[in-house]
Amino acid sequence: MAPVMPAIANTPTIAEVSQRKSRVAYWLLIPGLAWLAFFFVVPLVTLFMTSLQTESTTSPGKYVSGFQLSNYTDAISEYWPQFLRSFLYAGLATGFALLIAYPLAYFIAFKAGNWRSLMLVLVVAPSFASFLLRTYAWKTILADDGPVTSTLNSMHLLPDGRILNTGIAVVAGLTYNFLPFMVLPLYAALDKVDYRLIEAGNDLYGSPQQVFRKVTWPLSMPGVVAGTLLTFIPAAGDFINAELLGSTKDKMIGNVIQTNFIEFRDYPTASALSFALMAVILVMVVSYIRRSGTEDLV
Amino acid sequence: MRWIRKHVIGAIAILVLVYLFLPIAVVIAFSFNNPVGKYNLSWNEFSFDAWTQICGVPGVCSSFVTSLQIGLISTTFATILGTLIAFALVRYRFRGRSSTNLLIFMPMATPEIVMGSSLLALFLNLSFPLGSVTVMIAHIMFIISFVVVAVKARLQGMDPRLEEAARDLYASPAATFRYVTFPLVLPGIIGAALLGFSLSFDDFIISFFNAGTLVTFPIYIWGAAQRGIPPQVNALASLVFVSALLIVLGAQVVSWRKRRALSIR
Repeated sequence: MAPVMPAIANTPTIAEVSQRKSRVAYWLLIPGLAWLAFFFVVPLVTLFMTSLQTESTTSPGKYVSGFQLSNYTDAISEYWPQFLRSFLYAGLATGFALLIAYPLAYFIAFKAGNWRSLMLVLVVAPSFASFLLRTYAWKTILADDGPVTSTLNSMHLLPDGRILNTGIAVVAGLTYNFLPFMVLPLYAALDKVDYRLIEAGNDLYGSPQQVFRKVTWPLSMPGVVAGTLLTFIPAAGDFINAELLGSTKDKMIGNVIQTNFIEFRDYPTASALSFALMAVILVMVVSYIRRSGTEDLV
Repeated sequence: MRWIRKHVIGAIAILVLVYLFLPIAVVIAFSFNNPVGKYNLSWNEFSFDAWTQICGVPGVCSSFVTSLQIGLISTTFATILGTLIAFALVRYRFRGRSSTNLLIFMPMATPEIVMGSSLLALFLNLSFPLGSVTVMIAHIMFIISFVVVAVKARLQGMDPRLEEAARDLYASPAATFRYVTFPLVLPGIIGAALLGFSLSFDDFIISFFNAGTLVTFPIYIWGAAQRGIPPQVNALASLVFVSALLIVLGAQVVSWRKRRALSIR
């Protein structure tokens, strides 16, 4: 929010003059907000209504509006494994991403010096190459006869003897793909931390672990919250990694929604799953926001 | 031991960057591969064929052009709409601020698959034909929020005294905007537009749901993944990667020079 300056002198500042003209604000807001209302909010309502549709008795394969709540129970009882797997994979990927993004963000914020902006560019740069192609490239890297798999196999670390077409590959792909979304908010939060506070912790004979636990980590919390949300949400709804890197046993809820919507044209089931995914994620986001406030995230 | 401790974070940071770039190296390397069979997954022999005949495979270049067009049009609209919202949020007081913030935050907190499927549900219910129009409608929708965030950050970071100085020097509100505010915000708007374009150009999930028979570059890759991705796709993606990197690095150099020139004075 714009800082509101107290009116000390009688001459109004620009901010005050313009803030009186709130009608102008509405003209600036209406086009964009109308777009979001028509093409974000209204579709969600349509999705909900579609999720309650029933199959027409006169023409099978067509759906008519109804109030078929059993669409939800049927869909979830059929696809709960994929639902749980989505949250498990997304949760694992978010955890791994946090684990490896933190040192990188910490280094960029406090140690990189003149290299800081270059390193930030390097964090964003992978996104300039196609998402699908980068995911596809992991097929080559993790191939059964490739160096990664054979090294891990010689150490007997792989239960199935392979990585590709297993859940490990899917989680690795998800971790990889959404890593920048973890690094950037962490960096933004750490960058605001006054490094003297960390130094003070060291000066007061705090061990590195204590200083991290009592000073650095709590101060970086806004970044941790934003980063985990920005990684978890797209990962939970993703179907590209499971499709390209996993087997049929590793399918996530995104795959189910996609095939039901586009291939089987079972719109009510797909809509019910989609709306349920949205609802679950919304509950999680709201509980996070309660702690951090939207202004910080927007 | 102390040396290791001192450098361990730096070492991890570099390893993470290597991890980030590993697939890019594969994408670029395999644009120079002459694959055996249809799958370009294992290395066979070095070849410039994909680069000399970059449009040699039917559909690759036309899908690439489609994505460029959709990206340009969607970004233009979304940048205008988002910039207006950002100005309203930073410069004006109005009722409904928190619901506005919520409406802008929501698309960023919603999985793409939910937005894609809900838009498809809308278009199906309206019997609206799927194609480039529906894809652009979708892209504009999800880019707006990112533009608002980027432009808002730039506006908030501006020194308000610069505009006050213009007013004090008897500049009209229009002149203040034209000669002071707008040039100061412009880098933020350009940055937001570049971000929006890259989001639109690379979007797969939302586009896939609403494209109908339209084939964008990512949709082409998705289809090709089942029957083998030709190395031409790698060549085009490498080209996009290198040009985007050059644009960003160029912008970095410009801002670095500006800062240096200011600090010398």
